[in-house]
Amino acid sequence: MNKTLNHRAWWMVLPVLILVAMNAVIPLMTVVNFSVQEEFYGEFSFVGLQWFADTLADERFQNALIRQLGFTFTILAIEIPLGIAIALTIPRSGVWASVCLVLMALPLLIPWNVVGAMWNIYALPDIGFLGYTLNSAAGLFGHDPASGPWFDYTQEPVAAWFTVVLMDVWHWTSLVVLLAYAGLQSIDNAYYQAARIDGASRWAVFRYIQLPKMKHTLTIAVLLRFMDSFMIYTEPSVLTGGGPGNSTTFLSIDLVKVALGQQDLGNAAAMSIIYFLMILLVSWLFYTLTMQGGKK
Amino acid sequence: MRTRWIVPTLYILFLMLPIYWLLNMSFKTTNEILGGFSMFPAEFTVESYVKIFTDPTWYSGYINSIIYVVINMVISVSVALPAAYAFSRYRFLGDKHLFFWLLTNRMAPPAVFALPFLQLYSTMGLLDTTLAVALAHCLFNIPLAVWILEGFMSGVPKEIDETAYIDGYSFPRFFVKIFMPLIASGIGVTAFFCFMFSWVEMLLAKTLTTVQAKPIAAVMTKTASTSGYELGLLAAAGVLTIIPGAIVIYFVRNYIAKGFAMGRV
Repeated sequence: MNKTLNHRAWWMVLPVLILVAMNAVIPLMTVVNFSVQEEFYGEFSFVGLQWFADTLADERFQNALIRQLGFTFTILAIEIPLGIAIALTIPRSGVWASVCLVLMALPLLIPWNVVGAMWNIYALPDIGFLGYTLNSAAGLFGHDPASGPWFDYTQEPVAAWFTVVLMDVWHWTSLVVLLAYAGLQSIDNAYYQAARIDGASRWAVFRYIQLPKMKHTLTIAVLLRFMDSFMIYTEPSVLTGGGPGNSTTFLSIDLVKVALGQQDLGNAAAMSIIYFLMILLVSWLFYTLTMQGGKK
Repeated sequence: MRTRWIVPTLYILFLMLPIYWLLNMSFKTTNEILGGFSMFPAEFTVESYVKIFTDPTWYSGYINSIIYVVINMVISVSVALPAAYAFSRYRFLGDKHLFFWLLTNRMAPPAVFALPFLQLYSTMGLLDTTLAVALAHCLFNIPLAVWILEGFMSGVPKEIDETAYIDGYSFPRFFVKIFMPLIASGIGVTAFFCFMFSWVEMLLAKTLTTVQAKPIAAVMTKTASTSGYELGLLAAAGVLTIIPGAIVIYFVRNYIAKGFAMGRV
């Protein structure tokens, strides 16, 4: 749409600007402020980029970052293909389609701490459905129950990771499904008819008709899932509390431990800024790359 | 393909199992839950629900949550409407940068902002009010609302605006009488997403409240740690947090998929 040049349109944007700026700029300045100063009994002194150097060199931060990257890529690798596959099997219209969408959207509207609490109980090895089922299955395959449960996410890092990833797949795959489905809905029936006349295979229809049409919404899906999984805090902190040990301590959990637990403001502030910049950078890169690809 | 229904069915089953488990536990007594594994409650009890509906610390948690979600929804949608109109109809100095900057706020981790928010809102004297939480949630809900509304508004041809102005409509009258009914479904979808993200966010809501305005999440955590491990009660509280979302989904079921796809990232 060709737009009119109108600088007075600023007045219409102003309320949004004021509200968001109050919430974004003031706290961000506070964080920046803390990140370059050292507090010593209420006295502040400028320390430059010292906190940033410390944080980047800190092994604890590096480990949290590695775990975070591992988690984000694992869930993206599972949720995106799975979401597309499920969206392809939902019919284009009808009662069944409505039922699917309503039921699938349900996990998205459950408060995050409830999601954590729910999985915390669901995966318990003795009284939770998931833990109990897995342990019974392990028993059938010759695991000796006397040596403790085979699957126990409160003790075993591998089981904890499995539970956290499964919880995230449970919680968020529906978002990918809804977005992919919205992309599929925008395809005109004529395309499918043309494909049928040409005798195109199922794969060709997917590769050359459905995937390109879903590209826009899939970009949104990947971006949202990347950002949100990178910021994940509430669910794993309720589910495992970052444990056992530090095995599920992702960046946000580590940050809250440093900021609120140890009151180590300089360190926490530097960490916050590095963290925020990483999300910004990756999102911007991904956004630019996909948009450029679309122009060709 | 006659086997096509299998995949969604299995997926829905996978989604419903944990919810069923929560429901199952909410009707058991805590002793029965801890006693061992069972698929159905042996002695069916609604004791946990009765406790929640009669104890003010419990039900006020729900009321607080609903109050700040509604305030946030109203603020977000009403300030986003004119802004989205400006973005969809006009070019102005720095419009593209402003739009991207707004979206970057959707990327700010709440964990980063929790502490500065605490300081900001205590300076403003708003700490422990539902208004503080409603305003704090504007950080991510306003950009989202602008983004979705802009998508819907761009779908309305500009000729409609021009015709209305020629017919002598003033801008406010045109906006309320003609334009808003045209994008009614868009406003509905936007309100839904604002509701959703404000309802599920818990870190900021918990940080900014202490006693008076405590959201249900904080009540749940506190109860879990002080009065021992009352699993039945916790499960019932969890089940009750799912209900408002389920009701809202039902109303917007035909628009959910569309709303996500709107906008230009």
